[in-house]
Amino acid sequence: MKKTSFLSKLINAPYIVWSVLFIVAPMIMVVYYAFTDRSGAFTWNNITALTAYKETFARSIGYAVAATVICLVLAYPLAYIMARSKASKQRTLMMLVMLPMWMNFLIRTYSWISILSNTGIINNLLKAVGLPTVQMINTPGAVILGMVYNFLPYMVLPIYSIMSKLDYSLTEAAQDLGCSSTSVLRRVIMPLSMPGVVSGITMVFVPSVSTFYISQKLGGGKFLLVGDSIEMQFQSAYNYNLGASLSLVLMLMIIVCMLVMNRFADDDEEAILI
Amino acid sequence: MKKFLSVLMTLVLFAGILCFAGCGSQKVGALDTTKLVGNYDVESLRGTEINVYNWGEYISDGEDGAVNVIAEFENLTGITVNYTTYASNEDMYSKLKSGGVSYDVIIPSDYMIERMVKEGMLQKLDFANIPNYSYIANEYKNLYFDPENAYSVPYTGGMVGLIYNTTMVDEVPDSWSIMWDEKYSGQILTFNNSRDAFGVAQYLLGQSVNTTDVAEWEAAAQKLKEQKPLIQSYVMDEIFTKMESGEAAIAPYYAGDFLTMQDVNPDLAFVYPKEGTNIFVDSMCIPATAKNKAAAELFINFMCEPEISLANAEYLFYLCPNTAVLADDRYSLKDNEVLYPKQTVEAEYFHNLDQDTLDLLSRLWEEVKLA
Repeated sequence: MKKTSFLSKLINAPYIVWSVLFIVAPMIMVVYYAFTDRSGAFTWNNITALTAYKETFARSIGYAVAATVICLVLAYPLAYIMARSKASKQRTLMMLVMLPMWMNFLIRTYSWISILSNTGIINNLLKAVGLPTVQMINTPGAVILGMVYNFLPYMVLPIYSIMSKLDYSLTEAAQDLGCSSTSVLRRVIMPLSMPGVVSGITMVFVPSVSTFYISQKLGGGKFLLVGDSIEMQFQSAYNYNLGASLSLVLMLMIIVCMLVMNRFADDDEEAILI
Repeated sequence: MKKFLSVLMTLVLFAGILCFAGCGSQKVGALDTTKLVGNYDVESLRGTEINVYNWGEYISDGEDGAVNVIAEFENLTGITVNYTTYASNEDMYSKLKSGGVSYDVIIPSDYMIERMVKEGMLQKLDFANIPNYSYIANEYKNLYFDPENAYSVPYTGGMVGLIYNTTMVDEVPDSWSIMWDEKYSGQILTFNNSRDAFGVAQYLLGQSVNTTDVAEWEAAAQKLKEQKPLIQSYVMDEIFTKMESGEAAIAPYYAGDFLTMQDVNPDLAFVYPKEGTNIFVDSMCIPATAKNKAAAELFINFMCEPEISLANAEYLFYLCPNTAVLADDRYSLKDNEVLYPKQTVEAEYFHNLDQDTLDLLSRLWEEVKLA
């Protein structure tokens, strides 16, 4: 007994070292910087300075919620269709969802610039057929589109993985017992797929709320998100302390969101949260 | 059949990659090593390496028949150059300040050199190892950030001006005020970098770009907030594609980069606005943490070689501080009025700002971005 526990400790050791070094230590540094000034003395100033960022936080959350809702609306039916189609078709659909991820995220976002810009593909097409051009790039819509496009697979995959394992004899039973198809969806499929939905929401919301590249490239640098502010503090303003306090608040917000989501998921089995 | 097809496709893919690699290394201009002035065969430095940290796209790299400066240096000296790039002075500063990295040669701008000297981040150069410093023109010596010429060797310089597309702008602008003209709403670009973006407002308001007066900075921020609805986007290097494709009509940027853009889109024109503008010098320096100072000095000396300087000047389109190049008939930009204007242009250097003003600036910049 003793021997196996030593062995398991040994096997665990690299992971513990890894997480202390690359997860716990950076977290401690973030907290340290957030509560000190440039000279290293304790201060609340970085936290009180955050009142100026109310709008930035509100905007970040607003855009992230919008992106998450759109992702959910798009991904849920898609995941259902994928899960119910033939095995060979499932593989193809899966491949199509994964395909964009073979390319680098930055390049994918950058290519949206040439699609959406005023002299871009869409507007040139509109011009060619004699229609008026539409302003698409550098709008909030473009930023949200960028988020939806980049993070949609993270919504599809967990929902699909739950749906493909659902026991569909339950839906048949419900139909036999006189359930209409809408109430089968509402009362059988939806509750059963909840863990996938919860994990999908977290996996889309978290990167959306903290992104900065998408808003800079597709929003023309005009719609500042929390990620942009943090990047500015670290890169150009060289104010690690304010940057750290912004990151700290963002992390706390994300943790709270995840706790709330976990509570939802607790009602029906454990969620596959990361 | 399926298997055969997939094998065939893989082969085609590999052939494509090989072709790409092959095409890339075809047209490299050769350097006539007999024309070099200095001696680069230093036995003790062979096999060592240096880390060079430079701006992106800021050295002749062998493209389109130009000289590949780094490769030539490596061949001549046997020193391995680890070459990396940055996008702004601030990026470079943060990277160096955070420790954990060591560079032997960096090329910061004037105000950043002032700051780094003040913070003890640079070391004095041994000019006995840099005899080619004698080619540097006098107007690039004794500059404010290095009054005794102890820390830096000028590499390039330039001024900011107004770039506009003649097919989209009817008038011939002579003032920064065109960037506040509602007629061009949605077609104006500006810097995504606080110091330069504020600069434009400050020239227009007649302020010094180095003011420490809070009220003046606030007035400039107000001016930028008024401008924001007209701005298409805040950009740095994306400016090239946006101006070249006609996506935007007006943008402030560096004279040297304008020449690059004009090569692609001849409809672009350039003017130095009457209110004045920013002049800068980027100089080669050796950080205090450098590990191979002798090789770094050899590299700096090599960069000042007339032949190398010429290759860089022809490739970069920036101002060249090398007198031998300026006297050389092969230098095609010698009489270029954008780079070397006939009339004097009113221009001010950026100076290093004190920490309070820097904090104010970054706060105001975020306010502008949020407005």
